[in-house]
Amino acid sequence: MPLDQSFVGRTYPPTASYEVGREKIREFATAVRDLHPAYLDPEAAKALGHPDVIAPPTFPVIIAIPAAYQAVNDPEFGLGDSWVVHGDQRFVYQRPMRAGDRIECVVKIEAIKSIAGSDMITLVSELRTVEGEPVCTAYGLFVVREDTSAKNGGADKAEAGES
Amino acid sequence: MPRYENLAVGDELPAQSFPVDRADLVRYAGAAGDFNPIHWNERFAVQVGLPNVIAHGMFTMAQAIRVVTDWAGDPSAVVEYGVRFTKPVIVPDDGVGASIEVSGKISALLEDNKVRVELTAVSAGQKVLGRSVAVVRLL
Repeated sequence: MPLDQSFVGRTYPPTASYEVGREKIREFATAVRDLHPAYLDPEAAKALGHPDVIAPPTFPVIIAIPAAYQAVNDPEFGLGDSWVVHGDQRFVYQRPMRAGDRIECVVKIEAIKSIAGSDMITLVSELRTVEGEPVCTAYGLFVVREDTSAKNGGADKAEAGES
Repeated sequence: MPRYENLAVGDELPAQSFPVDRADLVRYAGAAGDFNPIHWNERFAVQVGLPNVIAHGMFTMAQAIRVVTDWAGDPSAVVEYGVRFTKPVIVPDDGVGASIEVSGKISALLEDNKVRVELTAVSAGQKVLGRSVAVVRLL
């Protein structure tokens, strides 16, 4: 079922702010087995010119994916029982995200395309501090799958897996 | 940190191999908040048509950029990073798991001491990321 093109350009309200913590950065860095000292040790981060530990490059997904749920689960948008897989992801960094940042995220439906019967949604998420400083822009492409077996089997409708 | 003036298109970054097993996926699911069962439940993964449990695409994306951040020295040198998830990294429960082999090379010298790096990520002989490109600002 083709999606309604009139949703292109729809922008969702800023998400509740997410406070980036040193220990969450440590947990994430450990989980991706990347123990760069700039992620773990404030002194090492300061030696590189950062005010506190910085987050690994893909850390913003922790904020961007739940924010994307606003669009994917928007009842007016009408994905219904479909589910989505993550097709591609890109980040443009205005500055590294770091401990102490309070980040809010504004999600916009950038494009809706239909290729070979599959609907694809491009979302652009602006991550910025609550003070208004831009930190990162995340571009995500999500492919809509009509097959409902996964959902019936218990998967989240919006998931960050891949085809 | 590598110096821009010493680099040329075609220069290769040191390649790395990243292991991934089921425990890594459980740990990543918790850290990232992505509990989709295709990343930890084999019965479920097979039921939806996958050969086995697969790694989170974002986990693979996090591994691939290591080749760039380890080379650059300061992870904040990465000013842009994107990938396409082309094939899944299949992670069997066999006591060994999978590995992701990542290589990178400089594909363009840009203004402001920036370079573009193209990354290749392979697991079990399959390219698992496409259009995997980072832009890195050097000294």
